[in-house]
Amino acid sequence: MTETDQYNFAYLDEHTKRMIRRALLKALAIPGYQVPFASREMPMPYGWGTGGVQVTASVLTPNDSLKVIDQGADDTTNAVSIRRFFQKTAGVSTTTRTTEASVIQTRHRIPEDPLREGQILVYQVPIPEPLRFLEPRETETRKMHALEEYGLMHVKLYEDIARHGEIATAYAYPVKVEGRYVMDPSPIPKFDNPKMEMAAIQLFGAGREQRIYAVPPHTRVVSLDFEDHPFEARKGGLSCALCGSEESYLDEVIVDDAGGRMFVCSDTDHCEGRRSQACTEAEG
Amino acid sequence: MSAQDCCEEPCRHFPEDAWRPEAPLLAVRGVSKSWGARIGCADVSFELWPGEVIGIVGESGSGKSTLLNCLAGHLAPDVGEILFDMRGAGLVDMRRMAEPERRRLARTDWAFVHQNPRDGLRMGVSAGGNVGERLMAVGARHYAAIRGQALDWLDRVEIAADRIDDRPASFSGGMQQRLQIARNLVTGPRLVFMDEPTGGLDVSVQARLLDLMRGLVRGMGLSAIVVTHDLAVVRLLADRLIVMKGGRVVEAGLTDQVLDDPQHAYTQLLVSSVLQV
Repeated sequence: MTETDQYNFAYLDEHTKRMIRRALLKALAIPGYQVPFASREMPMPYGWGTGGVQVTASVLTPNDSLKVIDQGADDTTNAVSIRRFFQKTAGVSTTTRTTEASVIQTRHRIPEDPLREGQILVYQVPIPEPLRFLEPRETETRKMHALEEYGLMHVKLYEDIARHGEIATAYAYPVKVEGRYVMDPSPIPKFDNPKMEMAAIQLFGAGREQRIYAVPPHTRVVSLDFEDHPFEARKGGLSCALCGSEESYLDEVIVDDAGGRMFVCSDTDHCEGRRSQACTEAEG
Repeated sequence: MSAQDCCEEPCRHFPEDAWRPEAPLLAVRGVSKSWGARIGCADVSFELWPGEVIGIVGESGSGKSTLLNCLAGHLAPDVGEILFDMRGAGLVDMRRMAEPERRRLARTDWAFVHQNPRDGLRMGVSAGGNVGERLMAVGARHYAAIRGQALDWLDRVEIAADRIDDRPASFSGGMQQRLQIARNLVTGPRLVFMDEPTGGLDVSVQARLLDLMRGLVRGMGLSAIVVTHDLAVVRLLADRLIVMKGGRVVEAGLTDQVLDDPQHAYTQLLVSSVLQV
């Protein structure tokens, strides 16, 4: 018996997958709306992407090619273990190339290379409720979503400007989806917010909070702001130390004990792609 | 800006035809609320006219707060009608109003000043953010304009402009209460509910707050319903007085008339029990 025979395809049983797919369809029908679902216990701790893994398991088919990234990187613990989990339980092929993957599960980043139609981007979400830290009552936040009472979200941005002179929220920057629901885009840097108007399907899974939400392809996603303090997708003004890219989002890496540091692309696939391309160009 | 200045500068502009002094702003008819055999308030009826301040007095447990919460929509009365004069729609029964509309009303035309400022303020948000919240809730999206209005209102309630970015937790009780009033009045409401607005404040702070509230109420032409057990508060603020006992109205009339010539035995007791210093 091989390992794939011991599990149902992609770990979850078919009834669970059906339940999750129904939640996904509802979420896609109402962009930005948080759909409750019966989140299952997964063989990993909460906070490690239990929501994202359940969504991925439900959308995965045997012909899919899976890519898993954590903070943009394919080789970090979270990414490696989730990728191996699906290799074992679903036997699907995996890849690190953004363009070759059909399903991409991500934590805290959107890949630099633009996604195309037919691809699915699955986000791991820790806290799906954008109003959580402003209004602790879930009954009240649900009512606020239902009645479109989003003034409070701007109070948070007001506080940012009053305290820091600018909107200092740098990640999990609230967005309004298709002019209706205010949504937490999961803790991606606000640099990635404009990329959310994309051709691929975006699915968000929060395991502990038992919520699924989605952004269908080519949906309007507007970052909230003030008229006199417009939204700005910003990053540090440096370039990648490895590939020299000035457009990509960078990670700071400590390289020695003497305070030495370097900035490299957080999207490892994008960085490698650029470097091998530069290599071929130099040779050719 | 002092309270007098806001008299010269009207905060709200009614269209000419909307001003119909022949209609009350709020009409309460036969409102009762009980919890099983326990009576909260029973068969209360009165009318509040534009620009008028009504005081509701009575001892603890007399149903004042229950009545106020029924009127403000926090509690659903068992029977009775609460009619509010909506802009452009005339008298509308609050009980039949849809929830979104009622909530919109609660953050535009109505204001509720809680006894404890902690119930009415967001303690984790700066003073400016507290005042600006209602503005942002009705769609203000210009930071400088919101801040400008917040500064204006802090000035009106005598809070120094350099405290605008401080959180209310660092304010004294009196300042918190004044901030709560500013936060409520910033959208220019027509009707203000106040639940023991001076409760828990020391006497000198109370006097200052009352003075300020009188200036604002008169200057903005607000209508208000003030619930209190403090007769001095109603003497200063209220035009008319409703005295409650055991959930029922025992006496009602002009404030000075009721306080100077109480007819009901309970009112006589209430008036005579005020401490003379």
